[in-house]
Amino acid sequence: MFAAGCDIGSLTSKAVIMKDGKIIESVIIKSKARPWESADEVMNIVLSRAGLTMKDIPCCVGTGYGRDKIPFVHEAVSEIACHGKGARWLVPTVRTVIDIGGQDCKALRLDDQGNMVKFITNDKCASGTGRFLEVMAKVMHLNLDELGEMSTRSKQPITLASACTVWAQADVIQHLNDKVSIEDIAAGVNNAMASRMSILANNIGLERDVCMTGGVAKNDGVVNALEKQLGIRIKRIRREDPQIAGAIGAALFAAEKAKGGAR
Amino acid sequence: MITAGCDIGSLTAKAVILKEGKILASEVILASAQPEKSATDVMKRALEKAGIKMEDIQYCVGTGYGRKHIPFMNSEESEIACHARGAVWQVPTARTVVDIGGQDAKAIRVDEKGNVERYVYNDKCASGTGRFLEIIADSLDIKLDDMGSISEKATEKLTLSNQCVVFAETEIISLVNDGKEIADIVHALHQAVANRAASLARSILVESDAVMTGGVAKNCGMFGALERALGVKLHKVEYPQINGALGAALFAADKVNGTGR
Repeated sequence: MFAAGCDIGSLTSKAVIMKDGKIIESVIIKSKARPWESADEVMNIVLSRAGLTMKDIPCCVGTGYGRDKIPFVHEAVSEIACHGKGARWLVPTVRTVIDIGGQDCKALRLDDQGNMVKFITNDKCASGTGRFLEVMAKVMHLNLDELGEMSTRSKQPITLASACTVWAQADVIQHLNDKVSIEDIAAGVNNAMASRMSILANNIGLERDVCMTGGVAKNDGVVNALEKQLGIRIKRIRREDPQIAGAIGAALFAAEKAKGGAR
Repeated sequence: MITAGCDIGSLTAKAVILKEGKILASEVILASAQPEKSATDVMKRALEKAGIKMEDIQYCVGTGYGRKHIPFMNSEESEIACHARGAVWQVPTARTVVDIGGQDAKAIRVDEKGNVERYVYNDKCASGTGRFLEIIADSLDIKLDDMGSISEKATEKLTLSNQCVVFAETEIISLVNDGKEIADIVHALHQAVANRAASLARSILVESDAVMTGGVAKNCGMFGALERALGVKLHKVEYPQINGALGAALFAADKVNGTGR
């Protein structure tokens, strides 16, 4: 039996097709201006790669900020629920999930059955979200992958005085003008990002195992800095791209729905 | 008796020269990277305007974030104290002062003598500071000084849903793409900045009368937006941007009179 999950985020859109509990295809694209355009495109790509059509999918669940605007989904489920579900599928022992999206960040805690115990989100302030890194990468003329890698080569990371993206950007420009090495600036940026995320994570109370989902989970500079600041090991997701965790969760909900099971 | 006050802010440097309780001259310049230079330059120009020399100044008080670097000052005073003092001198009935600067915002409650009772300060987040206006002016390609008059032409009521400057900038770009009028957008922006500053002020309990100081008070759109957000009568002051330097010059006069702290 096939099931599909579609996660329409502010920056990227993700789709996953599962068959009998296994992922057969997944796609990540840059989001378009309108959520339904993103949804159509990402779904068409994933279906054609899997050699399927929409008729083959008995149930598709949508999630992400644009989830209510996807025409073809059978049900919309919150991002929190989908990320929890997806993370547990990826790391069965997970109890705390930190998800960094393009314009928000969330931390959630699950019990040993995978039920949501507590969650906290920030979508009011760009600091601690993917947007923070994006802004810094832009003024540093780096792409996001480069920004993540550079941390490891830094000898003396800079300290950013303020968490605010606007002030931190001004700080970074100042350091660039002062000819501070790009590695040291990158490390300072990644540390600042991690320190903002750690506030959120500490707020819900950490429980092992901890894992990270979302695109920023692929940034080693940030993940290493966060481990150091939280004083806890973060389990790396290697089975699949951590960025598709929400879409995986959505597909798992779809499979349950198709079976007629409750979530 | 001639005294002076010098306020070195993040974006501008201000100087006021007082003679027998009257403003003899004042000056505002853009701050340079070196606070020493900003202080020397702004004071030199104020002295020229007043037609006097540095030796004629009996006492000079420095304030602002760069105050430690003012070479010619006799003593320093906090920005909060100077803004409170200046505001009450300008509007004697003032009990709440909302100061929106280029990179910060403050709200101060004062007694009838201009003493600080309570205050709250934000320099951690760019929202609710002048920087918010500056960034949006830049992305709309309009002049900061024109924003007030542009907002007066607003006809449609828009509301920005984001408080964060970074997110609001994106929201504003989509409003432009949706064909919304610049005047309506700027009007909504003023309200967003004012709401943020007002929520800061409410945490110390706003008392009537309120005054608005700082460079942002020169923007008539911001003035109206803040009055709406605070819900109390807001007074215009004659010298919003030099208010801190004015307070510093008043403290300097206290020193000469022997009534100072």
